Amino acid sequence: MKKLLGIFGLLVFVCVVTALKEPNFLNPYNLENTVRWTALFSLIAIGVSFVIITGGIDLSIGSTIGLVGSLLASLLTVKGWSIGAALTTVMLVSLGIGLAHGLLITKLRLQPFVVTLCGLLIYRGLARFLTDDQSQGFGNAFEGLRSLATGKITLPFGGYALPFPLFIMVVVGILAAVFLNRTIYGRYLLALGRNETAARYSGINTDAMKIIAYVICSGLAGVAGILFSLNLNSVQPSGLGEFYELYAIAGAVLGGCSLRGGEGSILGVIIGSAVMRVLYNSINILRIPTHWEFAIIGAVILSGVIVDELVKRVARGKTANTKLQTAAKQQTPNSGPS
Amino acid sequence: MTSLLQVASVSKRFPGVLALENVSLTLARGEVLAVVGENGAGKSTLMKILAGVQTPDSGEILLDGQTVTIDSVRAAQRLGIALIHQELNLADNLTVAANIFLGREPRRGWFIQQRETETGSTAVLKQVGLDPAVAGPRTLVSTLSLGRQQLVEIAKALSAQARVLIMDEPTSSLSQPESDALFRVIKDLRARGVSIIYISHRLGEVKELADRVVVLRDGRNAGVLSREEITQDNLVRLMVGRNFSVSRSARQRAASVPLASALEVRALRTAANPQHALNFSVPPGEIVGVAGLVGAGRTEMLLALFGVEPAAGGEILLNGVAQKITRPRDAIAAGLALVPEDRKQQGVILEMAVCENLSLSSLRREARAGFRNPASERAIADEMVEKLGVKTPSPRQFVQFLSGGNQQKIVLGKWLALKPRVLLLDEPTRGIDVGAKQEIYKLIEQLAADGVAILFVSSEMEEILRLSDRALVMHEGRITGELPREELSEEAVMQLATGRQNG
Repeated sequence: MKKLLGIFGLLVFVCVVTALKEPNFLNPYNLENTVRWTALFSLIAIGVSFVIITGGIDLSIGSTIGLVGSLLASLLTVKGWSIGAALTTVMLVSLGIGLAHGLLITKLRLQPFVVTLCGLLIYRGLARFLTDDQSQGFGNAFEGLRSLATGKITLPFGGYALPFPLFIMVVVGILAAVFLNRTIYGRYLLALGRNETAARYSGINTDAMKIIAYVICSGLAGVAGILFSLNLNSVQPSGLGEFYELYAIAGAVLGGCSLRGGEGSILGVIIGSAVMRVLYNSINILRIPTHWEFAIIGAVILSGVIVDELVKRVARGKTANTKLQTAAKQQTPNSGPS
Repeated sequence: MTSLLQVASVSKRFPGVLALENVSLTLARGEVLAVVGENGAGKSTLMKILAGVQTPDSGEILLDGQTVTIDSVRAAQRLGIALIHQELNLADNLTVAANIFLGREPRRGWFIQQRETETGSTAVLKQVGLDPAVAGPRTLVSTLSLGRQQLVEIAKALSAQARVLIMDEPTSSLSQPESDALFRVIKDLRARGVSIIYISHRLGEVKELADRVVVLRDGRNAGVLSREEITQDNLVRLMVGRNFSVSRSARQRAASVPLASALEVRALRTAANPQHALNFSVPPGEIVGVAGLVGAGRTEMLLALFGVEPAAGGEILLNGVAQKITRPRDAIAAGLALVPEDRKQQGVILEMAVCENLSLSSLRREARAGFRNPASERAIADEMVEKLGVKTPSPRQFVQFLSGGNQQKIVLGKWLALKPRVLLLDEPTRGIDVGAKQEIYKLIEQLAADGVAILFVSSEMEEILRLSDRALVMHEGRITGELPREELSEEAVMQLATGRQNG
């Protein structure tokens, strides 16, 4: 909970500073856009947080988005498939990608980093091959479908609006939080992330749980890929989603996932993604030269992680002290080493 | 023969135990001295002191008649004392020559003198009888068998001018031909004046190699045997030689004799020792101890029963029904539970709360449609904390802040929530203080009284004698004997544990 307050404080701080320096930050169009992008990035950050909780990593998210986006556009506009068939196909592709990752990592005992790094290269190549490296677009067609990503609900004041992807993110976030915190499988994921051996000795099917985590991750990358391509309307097979896995991982880590595994909260991950998007937006809106973008985002994440680690260390020192005191108190009646 | 190394009245205390008490020994130039004793007799501590891994609290070590201080591994190396660990310490991604000269590479400036390491290696490799065709200086260590790696380790010590070689259970993972090769090298080194301290559980080897045997018992000198006095009976008598009081509570056995065995094992072959078939059974309410020396294959047997390392063959029956156990979940479904050997790695999840650990294995049973049932989890945790007397400030406390005894109670509690029919325990009280030990013994006896069949592995003789209704003794992967309560004695167990068949 304290952790969430910390990251939430950072979000508020960045928002307030930006708004004070540039009131345009608060204009309806800018806020709506920032929320829309936050929602899209939150989806992939939630996905990768499941993998990170198992102690793994997924570097292929951006390429999966590129593949799904290009494939969807190409199936709908070039091949003339129906919307239902095209959506089903791209979702099956992304779930299949997750399944393949999971199987390679658990059954062949390959390292997640290597497997998904190869995925990053392969799916990008596949996207470019399937589309002849031509940019794809929906043009003016598919208005209904595109409103999934571009639509909004206008609020009755000040011209503010809530973009559709926000609702998708809320639904996915609630489902993910319930899965993680209320089902036995969520508990199994957290347990195996901390100590896989002990989890296995407790009768948990650790391989199956890890596979599920990779399927969730790639599946959400697929959903995000659909929405990103619909939102942009024009899809570059070579560019859509590039580096997105890094934003997802950064958002998850900012939101409290430990790359050592076994730790993470969905709300934190969403706030973490929001910090990333707001930072990006304020760099633009404050007219800071864009070549500073990566450096600034990197520096903020690094300071966040350092502060978090220092806070944890202080907390740990306190617990150790209390433990010593309780141990000293228990010494007297038992008169034995404990 | 003149005395090269002398250990005089060395004592070492660890929190709670006196590991060594006034232990003395002498080692002559060109002598092979065997050091034997039961598990926990103090052999390892003594060797670690000689190798500079630990420092003694009192006592003296003399080399060539001069008092020396061995306060670091480096100091030991400078004095020419080398310890060859049971688990080898070679970097197997490097070549033989790189390993032999690791940390003392001949160099010019920042550059290693490759040629010198190779000629230096060739010389010592010859001394340990390694064929340059299979193990030359440029061979990668990972391509060598364990036996050859051991010889490389010895060559490394020789290259560092070691005069005293300490070998800790060197044959524990070697095949017979590899062991024979090692023995030839040892005899050869002895002939060239190198002194060797040889630690082993295997009395056959001791008989073959040793010029003298020093026996340790409970951290003290129990006696010395000269070459002609080395016999199995003499060794076992000195290793055991004590009459400790068996403080066993007179436990009431269930009056009715149950018909079916709770656990029956037929021709079980473990993946580690597939050449031996294991047969035994445990009726409900009986406590069966499994004794044996370290490496006798006892843990492997439990892991096979629990499906962690699935068995290579044989049958496991619970209440007369054959079970297919290829993973822990199968074993749990059949009514088995395992309290594993390595509590922190296999038993508990240190960075999770007491209540989360306690409910981990019963989570599935309590769940509805995959959803956890927090109320029942809390109830289980409260019940187990109460029943087992776990000392924790709160059920939300992380397990890492509890003492070893309380952590072990958590592992037990995790399983008791499932009401197992057969409880397997591997070293149930390792690293636990005396008070908590007694509590765990009482719990185990209570479970047996409730009809749970109990099979426990222990390296502590007192534990075997205190708890077992019956004991199985293992030696090198097979069951060498079975001792009913009436015949259970330390001497009988040691005879079987060192490889003498009974009957």
